[in-house]
Amino acid sequence: MVAAARVSAATGPATDFAIDVRNLNKHFGSKHVVKDFSLQVAPGEIYGFLGPNGSGKTTSIRMLCGLLRPDSGSGTCLGHDVLRETAAIKREVGYMTQRFSLWDDLTIRENLDFIARMYGVRERRREVTRSLEALGLAARADQLAGTLSGGWKQRLSLAACTLHQPRLLLLDEPTAGVDPKARREFWAELHQLAARGISVLVSTHYMDEAERCHRLAYLAYGRLLATGTPEEVRRARPLATWSVSGQGVQRLQEPLRTAPGVDQVTPFGNTLHITGTDAAALEAAIAPWRAQPDLIWVRTEADLEDVFIHLMDGTEPPP
Amino acid sequence: MRTGGGFSLLRWFGIIAKEFIQLRRDRLTFGMIIGVPVIQLILFGYAINTDPKRLPTAVIAADAGPYSRSLIAALQNSGYFEITRQIASAAEGEALLAHGTVQFVITVPEGFERRLVRGERPVLLVEADATDPSAANNAIAAVSQLAQLALARELRGSLQELAPSAPPVDLRVHRRYNPEGVSAYNIVPGLLGTILTMTMVMMTGLAVTRERERGTFEQLLATPALPIEVMTGKIIPYILIGLIQVSLILGCALLLFDVPLQGSVLLLYACIVLFIAANLSLGITFSSIARNQLQALQMTIFFFLPSILLSGFMFPFRGMPDWAQWIGSLLPLTHFLVLVRGIMLKGNGIAELWPQVWPILAFLISVTLVGLRFYRRTLD
Repeated sequence: MVAAARVSAATGPATDFAIDVRNLNKHFGSKHVVKDFSLQVAPGEIYGFLGPNGSGKTTSIRMLCGLLRPDSGSGTCLGHDVLRETAAIKREVGYMTQRFSLWDDLTIRENLDFIARMYGVRERRREVTRSLEALGLAARADQLAGTLSGGWKQRLSLAACTLHQPRLLLLDEPTAGVDPKARREFWAELHQLAARGISVLVSTHYMDEAERCHRLAYLAYGRLLATGTPEEVRRARPLATWSVSGQGVQRLQEPLRTAPGVDQVTPFGNTLHITGTDAAALEAAIAPWRAQPDLIWVRTEADLEDVFIHLMDGTEPPP
Repeated sequence: MRTGGGFSLLRWFGIIAKEFIQLRRDRLTFGMIIGVPVIQLILFGYAINTDPKRLPTAVIAADAGPYSRSLIAALQNSGYFEITRQIASAAEGEALLAHGTVQFVITVPEGFERRLVRGERPVLLVEADATDPSAANNAIAAVSQLAQLALARELRGSLQELAPSAPPVDLRVHRRYNPEGVSAYNIVPGLLGTILTMTMVMMTGLAVTRERERGTFEQLLATPALPIEVMTGKIIPYILIGLIQVSLILGCALLLFDVPLQGSVLLLYACIVLFIAANLSLGITFSSIARNQLQALQMTIFFFLPSILLSGFMFPFRGMPDWAQWIGSLLPLTHFLVLVRGIMLKGNGIAELWPQVWPILAFLISVTLVGLRFYRRTLD
């Protein structure tokens, strides 16, 4: 299932990967939340981490940064053992939590100053001021962090987790609930960081963000279902897709959904996306409506969302 | 970037500074920390009296002769009884007791004087509302003595032989350290202990669980900060707060209630620091076990109640059965009360204090070990 597995040096002592882990497992009580998780992230790579809610993304990220101890498995994070050298990992990794987790009752400057102290940042005051200016928050430095809007909170968190110049960033749904402009700016910043050689593992639910990653991993029910570049992930699934648009296209939804050979029917405004694994069967299914003059049929490529929904439907949830 | 893995003073100061800033911003908590001890001391210091006087009393005087009059006058002069009603029937007395209008009904039966003179040992009936035993005890104790004393003065001449003879032993009672039985002398050490127990255990208990509840604990755990830095860094501000509370209470006690301070102030503060440390270690341990602030609060109260009831603050320690004394002797407050009373009222030195110091030390060490065992370095 795993597409394009890369050669890993996990078996040898040294590794060039920022993250190189093999077969990590984690249980919470009787629940097996992460199953045989293996991942290699190269320096300067932005690695997208996708999957439905509760699929084990946060747990995997927490295992990588030493917040949770894997039950089994092995590997390294920035060359440090994920089981034994968590203290060293914590010093060199920047971790941004899913929820805003800086202190609401500290000001923006106090938050950054505290984080800088925790990491023993040299020339702390200067670094904090520089960071505030880069954020564009210098004028509001004495405002309580709790009063910031969602977009600003997320930028402040990013600034906080990059203060100590980490070589690896682990970002857990950093752009959830953030407006498109702020998200775009955020991703521009990520690419700048990556250009400087910093590796980024970022979890997200947004497909446009997935497309901006160098590589992707798709996790469902604790198991990695696909990895590779966005192109590879798309290609690895032989999905046939048709898009149909025109007057009253919605009426096709119900009959198509139940037609043999059709896996998904997804409406996008006045367009429907129809996907199936078998191209011939799909064509047969849509044949009755092909000739209608007010409908425009186009054969397209399955997008990432189609692929992921297909992946998820094909996996049974554990009993 | 630092690479050392040991204790970092820089991080430690960072955590302490952060706690202070957050504490300063939390105005209500800050106000409570300062206001509560002073208000409670003033309130309880003036309000609580374990030796109640002037209790409302009804008298049924079926015999109005000089003996019964002097008896009643003696009762009134003792200060314990205030005769609010003269009533005629026993039924009326019953009703007054039942309503709680009076605490006592004293009945001087008909023919009291005649029978007294004849040497027939007449009955003097004192009925007390003993639903709250401590409210009635001292008054009842006073009655038995009074009857003897009051009548001794009246029974002279030919009646001399009826007067009670002198007891075979000259009994002398010295009420040492608190001869007047001033309740405030006992309340001040008690309040010191209970307020410190409450605020220290609760504040530190909440300090860590609050971070966990708000999600900021994850941030803290993701940084290289060590458990020992986080724990002690969170404790230091509260030690200072505890000392401020103590100084406020002691200041008020000396100024308002003239509570004596016989022993060494330095020794008193040394004991207080030890007691604060014991409570803080418990608070931190609670917060390591509790999942949220509510649980931490529940644990605090679960610990706080026996501390009040079994420590000897509210009820006499020696009045409890052995097993209860045994439980009480596990609590730091029990020993702290003895220490503070000993230093303030008796002027005890370290030699007399040691039997109470080591149990608090033992508590501190064992609770800290449990706390470190439970402290979660990870989110598991």
